[in-house]
Amino acid sequence: MSDQKTNSIAFVADGTIPPSPPPAGETGPVKWLRENLFSNAVNSALTIAALLVIYVILSKTLPWLLNGVWTTNSLAECREVLQGKTGACFSVLTERWNQLLYGFKYPGDQYWRPNLALVLLLVAIAPVLFFDLPRKLLAFTAIYPFLAFWLIWGGTILAPIVALLGFAAGAFVFQTYGKSSFAIGFFGAIVAAFAVWLIGGALIPDGASDNAMLQAVPSRDLGGFMLNLMLGVTCVSLSLPLGIALALGRQSDMPLIKWICVVFIEFVRGVPLITLLFVASVMLAYFFPPESTVDLFLRVVIMITMFSAAYIAEVIRGGLAALPKGQYEAADSLGLDYPQAMRLIILPQALKISIPGIVNVAVGLFKDTTLVSVISMFDLVGMIRGPILASTEWNGVYWELLGFAALLFFVVCYGISQYSQWLERRLATDHR
Amino acid sequence: MKKTMILGAMAFAGLAAGAASAGTLDDVKARGKLNCGVTTGLVGFAAPNANGEWEGFDVAVCRAVAAAVLGDSTAVEFVPTTGKTRFTALASGEIDMLARNTTWTFSRDVDLKFEFVGINYYDGQGFMVPKELGVSSAKELDGATVCIQTGTTTELNLADFFRSNNISYEPVPVETNAEAQQQYLAGACDVYTTDASGLASTRATFDDPASHAILPEIISKEPLGPLVRHGDHEWGDVVRWTLNAMIAAEELGVTSANIGEMAAGTDNPEINRLLGAEGTLGEMLGLSADWAKNAIASQGNYGEVFAKNIGEDSPVGLARGLNAQWTEGGLLYSPPFR
Amino acid sequence: MSTLTDPPNESFRLSMLINDTRYRSLTFQVIAAVILALCIWYLGNNLIQNLRAAGLNISYNFLSDSSGYDINQRLVEYDSQSSHAKAALVGLLNTLLVAFLACITATVFGVVAGVLRLSNNWLVSKLMAFYVEIFRNIPVLIWIIIIFTIMTAVLPGPRAFRGDNATSSMLFDAFAFTNRGIYTPMPWFEHGLFASASMNWLLVIAGFVGSWFAARRINIWANQKQEATGIRPKTTALILAAWLVPFLVLMLVMGLSWEYPELKGFNFKGGIKIGGPLIALWFALSIYTGAFIAENVRAGIQAVSKGQTEAASALGLRPGKVMNLVVLPQALRVIIPPLISNFLNITKNSSLAIAVGYADITATLGGITLNQTGRAIECVLLLMLFYLTASLTISMVMNVYNASVKLKER
Repeated sequence: MSDQKTNSIAFVADGTIPPSPPPAGETGPVKWLRENLFSNAVNSALTIAALLVIYVILSKTLPWLLNGVWTTNSLAECREVLQGKTGACFSVLTERWNQLLYGFKYPGDQYWRPNLALVLLLVAIAPVLFFDLPRKLLAFTAIYPFLAFWLIWGGTILAPIVALLGFAAGAFVFQTYGKSSFAIGFFGAIVAAFAVWLIGGALIPDGASDNAMLQAVPSRDLGGFMLNLMLGVTCVSLSLPLGIALALGRQSDMPLIKWICVVFIEFVRGVPLITLLFVASVMLAYFFPPESTVDLFLRVVIMITMFSAAYIAEVIRGGLAALPKGQYEAADSLGLDYPQAMRLIILPQALKISIPGIVNVAVGLFKDTTLVSVISMFDLVGMIRGPILASTEWNGVYWELLGFAALLFFVVCYGISQYSQWLERRLATDHR
Repeated sequence: MKKTMILGAMAFAGLAAGAASAGTLDDVKARGKLNCGVTTGLVGFAAPNANGEWEGFDVAVCRAVAAAVLGDSTAVEFVPTTGKTRFTALASGEIDMLARNTTWTFSRDVDLKFEFVGINYYDGQGFMVPKELGVSSAKELDGATVCIQTGTTTELNLADFFRSNNISYEPVPVETNAEAQQQYLAGACDVYTTDASGLASTRATFDDPASHAILPEIISKEPLGPLVRHGDHEWGDVVRWTLNAMIAAEELGVTSANIGEMAAGTDNPEINRLLGAEGTLGEMLGLSADWAKNAIASQGNYGEVFAKNIGEDSPVGLARGLNAQWTEGGLLYSPPFR
Repeated sequence: MSTLTDPPNESFRLSMLINDTRYRSLTFQVIAAVILALCIWYLGNNLIQNLRAAGLNISYNFLSDSSGYDINQRLVEYDSQSSHAKAALVGLLNTLLVAFLACITATVFGVVAGVLRLSNNWLVSKLMAFYVEIFRNIPVLIWIIIIFTIMTAVLPGPRAFRGDNATSSMLFDAFAFTNRGIYTPMPWFEHGLFASASMNWLLVIAGFVGSWFAARRINIWANQKQEATGIRPKTTALILAAWLVPFLVLMLVMGLSWEYPELKGFNFKGGIKIGGPLIALWFALSIYTGAFIAENVRAGIQAVSKGQTEAASALGLRPGKVMNLVVLPQALRVIIPPLISNFLNITKNSSLAIAVGYADITATLGGITLNQTGRAIECVLLLMLFYLTASLTISMVMNVYNASVKLKER
């Protein structure tokens, strides 16, 4: 039988045929290349053009980067070491490292203070940025500004403590009376805080800063990238509450308040930051009482805060407008008054929608802090354009310094924007 | 001070309050620090060194005033100012005096209400060109591109010079000295013009200083000197006579090296009056008797300061020229200490 | 049974100012008005006291004094004898010029990069993503300085073109790329119909406007013909003629010729010079803002749902038409509002011109004039007034355009 079978039918497959390998052009990197880079003539041309661009950039920068000199004391020595070859003189970064980061006046043995403040900053903003962390950490966030002020400026610890006590007194009054009437609680809190500051300020003895635990550092001595970071962080955090107030004011149905907010916002958004900085440097001094002089740092903080508050107000206004009318009506029908409705219903939702926009404004603002170099403050760019390039040793080192500045800003800003994108995905509650 | 505490604590920044109305001299004494406006960085005149300490010719004037008033030449807060911010800083009381190679002109003195207390450097605007251009006189610069540092009297002098010689030029305004230098070296401008001292100071930092020439024409008078606010004559006197003391010290042969023995008393009554061994000059100024001694001991006399910061042996390498004592054919002439 | 009663007709009590919603807003506004008035009085009083103490006053008389300084780039007649006001005008026009140029090129860069970033070519889209990220995350001031430094360092100075062994040479003997700027040939008319050159150019522009109207008429005629007969007459040649003939006739009659730049003395002479600072600022602003616009464009295109593209393809439209007729009109609605704010940013960022020595209004009025006259308050106020006017004007114009492309909802 078996014999006959084998004879009568020449071949019977008793299993499935093993799959043959795909043609060479349809597998692995070749396929990937064909689909992603050379799918048609236009694409191929684009690919070749892109490769050419990459080659040109790399061929110029790579030898320069790799030949870099890191250990000389001046540009002239760099040139000697390089002997006419292409190469960067990164020695300027190592030699002026501290000046680039802290400015040229911050006392060298006190660098641990801003460093510690930076580390604590990360701890303090972590609970704000990541919602999964225990809420108790927010208590540290509340203390942080005073701690950081004391760390960076030094001097008597009494000043930040009095400031903190003032805020605490305000919060206490608000908690006690704010329940019955928001207005009374709010204004009472302001009065209480000012009372504490006045009394506390009077109690601090003159000259308390002279032999304090931390040596006092005047704000004129701040500089370098530290100054950029400080301006960015301070101004963004100060402008958030101001921005919310302005946004609410602009939506208000009280014509006078609405009018004030609209004029303020449109005015600030209509002029470049640099003119506001000119105001800070050449005009603002005339608007303070004749006996006092307000230092430049504070004047700049005031102007930048106003600037970013206007932009943040517009972002939040967008968030407020995006909320369905039903939310406002629902709050009304629950019998909530305006402050309650805002605090419990409207703002939590509006702020959530606005977060990416606010982060964008924050990144923009952080980048704009470089403009203070124009009004003779020695931030990172100011240090580079001023003392470092003007010195005899490092006259003519542009690329290394500018590249370093660009790199620092890129790392920080790219980090923040990646966070913003993560947050956007995280907060997406709609189903797309 | 109370108000200071509140605002300072609120905004997390120190708010330095000083009673500018009472008289600058009292303010400085009460504060224990002199606020002195300088440039943001010009090697030899005022620039922070690698350790972040300010040094230079203008800086020495600030330090001498601090030594005279407070007895401590390090009690100075240097406030870097740009051409734009310097006058506001002084007018608004942010700084007590400005020592920032500022040219004494009529309008600054009269219209802007400042008081120039003297001249610490006689300068003039010059031109620097690469030698390979083969230019030997500024009048051959027809059609040239000229780099100018903005914010000074230089632009006006330049416009006047070219107009009066009926030749054309193309100005390239530059914000800082370092950028002007970069443009000039890259060939983006043919000529760099600023005060002759600044040219020398800039050329000193070049890779190859010998291939650049400073043209013989000096097209303007640039008397540079410290200035104070108009109307505060006590303070103006202090700054004026501290500067004069440094100039007189050189004329009288008082140096930072021999000042110790000279202060004990010499047979020259003018030196005795200057250094406080005789008379009550210090008291008249409202300072201690050894005010001038402190100033000179800390910084040296005018000649020493000049030699150390911008003299021929320093990297800047300027000759004394007009800035020599009147006894040696220069213009430095201090009124008598009497 | 309870009967409805009117609410108790209370007489006015003081506490109603806080507790009664009818009066509360009034209370707050009065408080706000008082605080505002106090602030203004306080600041104004300080200003007056400070100015009196310094012996200064607010006066705009300096604007009519002669400025005494020269400006290298000017669109109107100006020299060192002109007034400060004229210098401010020169700066103002320069600001508008660089802002206008940068807005156009930034849009081009942005659209190209935004579209290419969505390309299915892996390398190109990654390259564009790199471009966008690197420009968005580094301050524009640093970019302006870097680009200006690259320009001065990489391009040769006019010196390099001189001599027998010149290291650089002119492109086609007509274009010179130097670190002082780019020199190109300038067209001019040998026997113009008018005496002044600008009138001749106006005539050429008038010719173009005429051509445009003619081309439109031809199109309308073709449409009518098509509607009446169903056959569209061939119009390509006619339209081409409408554009070219008047232009060529004008050029021939007036005798168009070119003036070439030539190296004379220190600089190139003749031709058109586009100054180095202008180019650097223009390029830096457009490539920086282009990165932002690219993101807007990408977001706009992605906001158009895929169904729209598929529906259009199902109707048999070719890819080009799908983009032009379906995707872009919808994407534009998303793109235009952020585009407006980007244009405003360009105008405001052009104030960074001082970093490269471009004579914009911040450099003339807010820079040299301020330094020379010491009139800080007046100059800064004028400066802010200008930017405010410019910003409000741009946003007004763009909002009108935005309203015209907006989805008409009923």
